[in-house]
Amino acid sequence: MVIHLKIWRQKNQHTKGYLESYTLNEVDAEMSFLEMLDSLNLKLAKQGERPVEFDHDCREGICGQCGVMINGIAHGPLKNTSTCQLHMRSFKDGDTIYVEPFKAKAFPVIRDLKVDRSGLDEIIAAGGYISVNTGQAPEANSILVSHEESESAFDSAACIGCGACIATCKNASAALFTSAKISQLAKLPQGQKESSKRTVDMVNRMEELDFGHCTNTEACQVECPQDISVLNIAQMNYEYNKAKLKS
Amino acid sequence: MEKEIHANIPEGDLKDKWSNYKAKAKLVSPNNRKKLDLIVVGTGLAGASAAASLAEMGYNIKSFCFQDSPRRAHSVAAQGGVNAMKNYQNDGDSVFRMFYDTLKGGDFRSREANTYRLAECSASLIDQAVAQGVPFGREYSGYLRNRSFGGVQVSRTFYSRGQTGQQLLLGAYQALMRQKEQGKVKLYTRHEMLDLVLIDGKAKGIIARNLDTGKIERHAAHAVILATGGFGKIYYLSTLAMGCNASAIWRAHKKGAFMANPSWTQIHPTSLPQSGPYQSKLTLMSESLRNDGRIWVPKAKDEKRPPHDIPENERDYYLERKYPSFGNLAPRDISSRAAKEQIDAGKGVGPLKNAVYLDFEHAIKEYGKDVIAERYGNLFSMYEKITGINAYKEPMKISPSAHFSMGGLWVDYDLMTNIPGLFAIGEANFSDHGANRLGANSLLQACVDGYYIAPYTLQNYLADQIQVEKPDIKHSAFEQAEADVKEQLNHFIQQKGNKTAEEFHREVGKILYDKCGLSRSEEGLKTAIAQIQNLREEYKTNLLVPGDVEDINSELERAGRVSDYMELAELMCIDALNRNESCGAHYREEFQTEDGEAKRNDKDFAYSSAWEWSGDASSPILNKEPLKFEYVQPTQRSYK
Ligand SMILES: Cc1cc2nc3c(=O)[nH]c(=O)nc-3n(C[C@H](O)[C@H](O)[C@H](O)COP(=O)(O)OP(=O)(O)OC[C@H]3O[C@@H](n4cnc5c(N)ncnc54)[C@H](O)[C@@H]3O)c2cc1C
Ligand code: SF4
Ligand code: FES
Repeated sequence: MVIHLKIWRQKNQHTKGYLESYTLNEVDAEMSFLEMLDSLNLKLAKQGERPVEFDHDCREGICGQCGVMINGIAHGPLKNTSTCQLHMRSFKDGDTIYVEPFKAKAFPVIRDLKVDRSGLDEIIAAGGYISVNTGQAPEANSILVSHEESESAFDSAACIGCGACIATCKNASAALFTSAKISQLAKLPQGQKESSKRTVDMVNRMEELDFGHCTNTEACQVECPQDISVLNIAQMNYEYNKAKLKS
Repeated sequence: MEKEIHANIPEGDLKDKWSNYKAKAKLVSPNNRKKLDLIVVGTGLAGASAAASLAEMGYNIKSFCFQDSPRRAHSVAAQGGVNAMKNYQNDGDSVFRMFYDTLKGGDFRSREANTYRLAECSASLIDQAVAQGVPFGREYSGYLRNRSFGGVQVSRTFYSRGQTGQQLLLGAYQALMRQKEQGKVKLYTRHEMLDLVLIDGKAKGIIARNLDTGKIERHAAHAVILATGGFGKIYYLSTLAMGCNASAIWRAHKKGAFMANPSWTQIHPTSLPQSGPYQSKLTLMSESLRNDGRIWVPKAKDEKRPPHDIPENERDYYLERKYPSFGNLAPRDISSRAAKEQIDAGKGVGPLKNAVYLDFEHAIKEYGKDVIAERYGNLFSMYEKITGINAYKEPMKISPSAHFSMGGLWVDYDLMTNIPGLFAIGEANFSDHGANRLGANSLLQACVDGYYIAPYTLQNYLADQIQVEKPDIKHSAFEQAEADVKEQLNHFIQQKGNKTAEEFHREVGKILYDKCGLSRSEEGLKTAIAQIQNLREEYKTNLLVPGDVEDINSELERAGRVSDYMELAELMCIDALNRNESCGAHYREEFQTEDGEAKRNDKDFAYSSAWEWSGDASSPILNKEPLKFEYVQPTQRSYK
């Protein structure tokens, strides 16, 4: 099929970006979206032009490295699907597709569709862990975790750290990402000891970085490839208030 | 000239070796540790766990990865589970049994002492992961759950739904980030190691390229740990991530580190088939599907009917037929080879006739759709996302795909290469798995290497380095290495040829897949070697890399990786050609039993090859580490 593309090109953080038009005449419906971009890049390289820089690695929806806005939607039109898992059969012959980077103040553009998401690592560094050194752990079955607790913790832990929730949010809030880690650990008995400190430290870090405030629009869950629930945000707020009351 | 190889295996009975080692290993006192700097390349399970554990002990760590966050290392993609000897199921598991299963699974081509230690340290990993908050599968009572995995008869696999690698990696990543916060780890994400720096024969640093700016950097340390994962991506189509590479270990090899058993690659039986020439990777479907799915092909060649219209008596459930006792759960090497046999005989299914059916019709009839959905729901929906096909209604189409490198840098019992101060851990080394890796053993190996072994063995080395001054990055060895790296990068850009690195990669991958993949023959390997040499010549003049060196440039990144693949590919073929036997995943057509199974030759080939760089990719030097079996008697593997 024929696909028309309008792709964001930007040399670096300090220059202005613009949309460039391209047309691909031989797109196969079975191609993945990123393979479609590969074929564009092959064509550009052969014409002596700079290929479009975009992020990706595993191409199976788990590493969280890919992610672009496709027709204004983070990761594109399919629900619970990362950019790399999207296939061209979701589009029609002759479609025009807008491809832009995840945009947020906290995600400066590196080049073209690549952005800097290191803020997400900073939030985890502030407290997204259980403080246990190698060698300190007790026998695994001495910590019982009910099936429900474990499954529910897993649902939160499934976040792939892609940043789509932030790119989608009109406030560029990192609430869904941050709360997923806070509630995963708060749901487990091992994680409860540090829960107050963890929550306050992570929320403070989120605010120090350029992420905005959550105003409960719930757009984030809709775009999240892992369907991380906004209930995590409610749990984060609960943990936060509990911590503040204690202090 | 062939060198003698010393694996430095400690004295004592098999079960006492590791305790003896720990009792005698040299230590570094806490106040001296902060004077020592370590470079850890890789943030997968091996790298992140080693970096975090060593930082907790007080060493200063520089941690490198090419992704934009340490959490994205390809360990994240492991689905099925991680093995550990807990015997929670009371089904007769023991350290010895796990050791034996691993050794046998590897077709008796690994070191007894290392394999035993893997089993011995396995239980602690589960303790550690649980303490970190890894949400493993649980019984309603709250106790940990297990499942069983291909090639063994006990249930020792722990899992987090279909995302075990992700959850274990997040545990290790979080431990790493905690040390970063405490100032003990400095992170270098989006950095690629391009050379190893030796001073007086010892590993003292690396040259890395900042992938966002293109700047070349020098980093010095008292020791270097490579945890850079597997190189199965050399086949181009594989279950690995796009960025997985051999560059770090290959460049260390060219600085003198031995490469062991490079041709031993596990081809996984259940990945999605290639659907067109544009395809960039093959997605793995967890092996656990083989617990309930039945594998078959039509009995007739070039069958045109859709699967439902093919009656039972015209289907060949070939695994059940050939291996009645293991059936669809036969080990990976055997299942993959059997699939290839059917596909080569013209019985493949799908538009490119390159797949076999994995059918859940019987399972759905027996247990109901809900039970199957509960067991494999996420895999069925992943299958549908990729192929657009509903596997509740129609059998899946699967095919074998390059998956895991059993080979890698040669290491001794300390996981140190033959270069003092250079360690290799995780999939980057060759230890433990022999000629075929058992399912769920490699997450384990990466974790055990990083959490439990490297912290001891590094100290043993570092104890003698306290008095040695930290190397200076102005040293001529750094200068030379940097100049070499820059020269190579400029050469890539300046050629302005007609073929992109990716096009070359596809070609070399295809040669390997056809001639050094599931089955190999003398004739095929010789042809492959000639083809690779030609392609490598062309790579010197006809490469097209747009853009600049000192800039972000993913085409240039690829050019470096493919350049290393071009050399490694030949070594793989040479290794396969040298080994005149079949063992595990290495199947030489000339060496098979009467019924077509792998035929080992223990008399002549009970050794690990440890190839040495000679300065020319076509004439490597073969060193041999003999494998001695003191505690088990190698037998002919049988899964019939
Ligand atoms: C799809 C899939 C499913 C799997 N499922 C299972 C399973 O269920 N159970 C199991 O036990 N095993 C499984 N495996 C195997 C297992 O996941 C891997 O063997 C293991 O995770 C490897 O870990 P590692 O730390 O050695 O390497 P990786 O996790 O691959 O990490 C490599 C690291 O090195 C870095 N790196 C590489 N090269 C460079 C360079 N030149 N410069 C700088 N950094 C570099 C990368 O950035 C990355 O951080 C699976 C593998 C795949 C591909
Ligand atoms: S919460 Fe969802 S959208 Fe946000 S980073 Fe995690 S996986 Fe991505
Ligand atoms: S490339 Fe890994 S999630 Fe898309």
